[in-house]
Amino acid sequence: MDNQLFNGTLVRLAIENPETDAASLARWERDTEFERVLSHKPVFPSGQKKWRERLEEAPDERQFWFSVFALAEDKLIGFVGIFMVRQQHGDCMVGIGMGEPEFRGKGYGTDALRLALRFAFRELNMHRVALMVLATNARAIRSYEKCGFVREGVTRGADYRDRIRRDVISMGILRSEWERANSR
Amino acid sequence: MDNQLLTGKLTRLVAGDPDKFGELNAKWSHDSEFFMLFDSDPVMVRDAKRSGQFFRERAEKERPGAFPFLVQTLEDERLIGEGGLWNALSSNRDAWVSIGIGERELWGKGYGSDALNVMLRFAFRELNLHRVNLVTFEYNRRAIRAYEKLGFVHEGKIRGGMRRSHQRWAIVFMGILRDEWESANR
Amino acid sequence: MILQLFEGEKIRFAAFDADKDAEALSKWTHDPEYMRLLSPDPARPLAPFHIKKRFEEMEKEAGRDFYYFVIRAREDDRALGFTHLRWIEWNHGNAHFDMGIGSASDRGKGYGSEALQMLFRYAFEELNLYRLTGHTMEYNTGAQKFLLKHGFQLEVRRREALQREGRYWDGLTYGILADEWANANR
Repeated sequence: MDNQLFNGTLVRLAIENPETDAASLARWERDTEFERVLSHKPVFPSGQKKWRERLEEAPDERQFWFSVFALAEDKLIGFVGIFMVRQQHGDCMVGIGMGEPEFRGKGYGTDALRLALRFAFRELNMHRVALMVLATNARAIRSYEKCGFVREGVTRGADYRDRIRRDVISMGILRSEWERANSR
Repeated sequence: MDNQLLTGKLTRLVAGDPDKFGELNAKWSHDSEFFMLFDSDPVMVRDAKRSGQFFRERAEKERPGAFPFLVQTLEDERLIGEGGLWNALSSNRDAWVSIGIGERELWGKGYGSDALNVMLRFAFRELNLHRVNLVTFEYNRRAIRAYEKLGFVHEGKIRGGMRRSHQRWAIVFMGILRDEWESANR
Repeated sequence: MILQLFEGEKIRFAAFDADKDAEALSKWTHDPEYMRLLSPDPARPLAPFHIKKRFEEMEKEAGRDFYYFVIRAREDDRALGFTHLRWIEWNHGNAHFDMGIGSASDRGKGYGSEALQMLFRYAFEELNLYRLTGHTMEYNTGAQKFLLKHGFQLEVRRREALQREGRYWDGLTYGILADEWANANR
């Protein structure tokens, strides 16, 4: 059995310290561009204390969030998570954010996403993993396609910010597709 | 598609609030034989209020994946028993099922089997489980026969896992896979 | 009569000490191999904070039907692993146990064997249980050998009860009776 669930080539997944994690999250959420691609909710800083409270909540079987650490630098650079786990359907969503700008576009996010997919398919036994992404976020879409995600649909103009309407793209990957691409 | 998901031939599964569970369990708790067949906890007489408190606490502690039901007769809409699927949303697609008919004059008439089979349909067709487990006790021969008839397979015994009436009894484990249930219910 | 139930040759049983142990236990949860050998639930890393909080919850139950020990090395007092008895049915004399040696480098050194013998003594000679039940998974061949070596018998095989790495595995339940243990240790 291959037990390398939490270690990739560039990053590792961990849950180590709600206090320091909260400090990073509170810093990242002040980056408006970062926040806007992450969520459709109005950008609004919740602050370190709130983040800490959230991170200290008892683990919930419907979501598995991980802190992402760069292996070489041993530095917290982002987060990734499997959420909205619906075991009866074998369906869930994945979310990812690389909070530290200097670690974007260098494969760290893709590596973290690969670990999250492996966790979803080989540990949570999901049938499908889905995500939503802004149509304008080309870098993210490239990374998702690299990991095997397929475009499933477009929600036209669902994102409205700075008086600009943007499409939101739904993407998904099935276990059979992932297994074909990752059989080793 | 079967739209009568929770209805069988003799019974239907209905929701019950903790107070209803409490009231019925208090009534049935005075029949020690029923509870010895149903549960391994020491039998004890309960009043409706304390019993309701127990079920309220159970509901609060419940993790996602608990599906408690009351069993109602189709004929006269009487609440005659209880059951449930437990831990039914695990990543292993495996769950536990329980069933008990508290009204003893209805024992041996197929109500329990009917309600259990409805729960299995719910388990396999709605929750998409891969398998369902149950445990019963060596001395509960009627239940074991009923489970065998529904397609449950003997998977082992916890030797001497119970002591009742000066005797050691095995706890009997049975399980049914989705394919087995599907081929028995075609 | 053995009066030192918590002192072994190489190990001792100790209470969980949040300040000393939370870091080590958190580290173990980051090892998927360990987590998969231990439990069929999804491997999930926990921060020391969550470990402490979980213990506070468990402590509310401790002593009644839950007994938890941290296994410590006598040589340097480091935490090697844990063992516990849970879900004790006093009326039937049955309990379920779990055990884990956290670091791969501490496995295969006899710590688990000594801990299990100490746990037997505690379960059978202090709690006066009739039997002990243990669970493992088909892929955990190490645990299966370990249980058989120490006198457990395979009692239940729950077919395809778990899924990991894209396939089904059986869930295995083992049992040993107090008499069997006593006869083997006479």
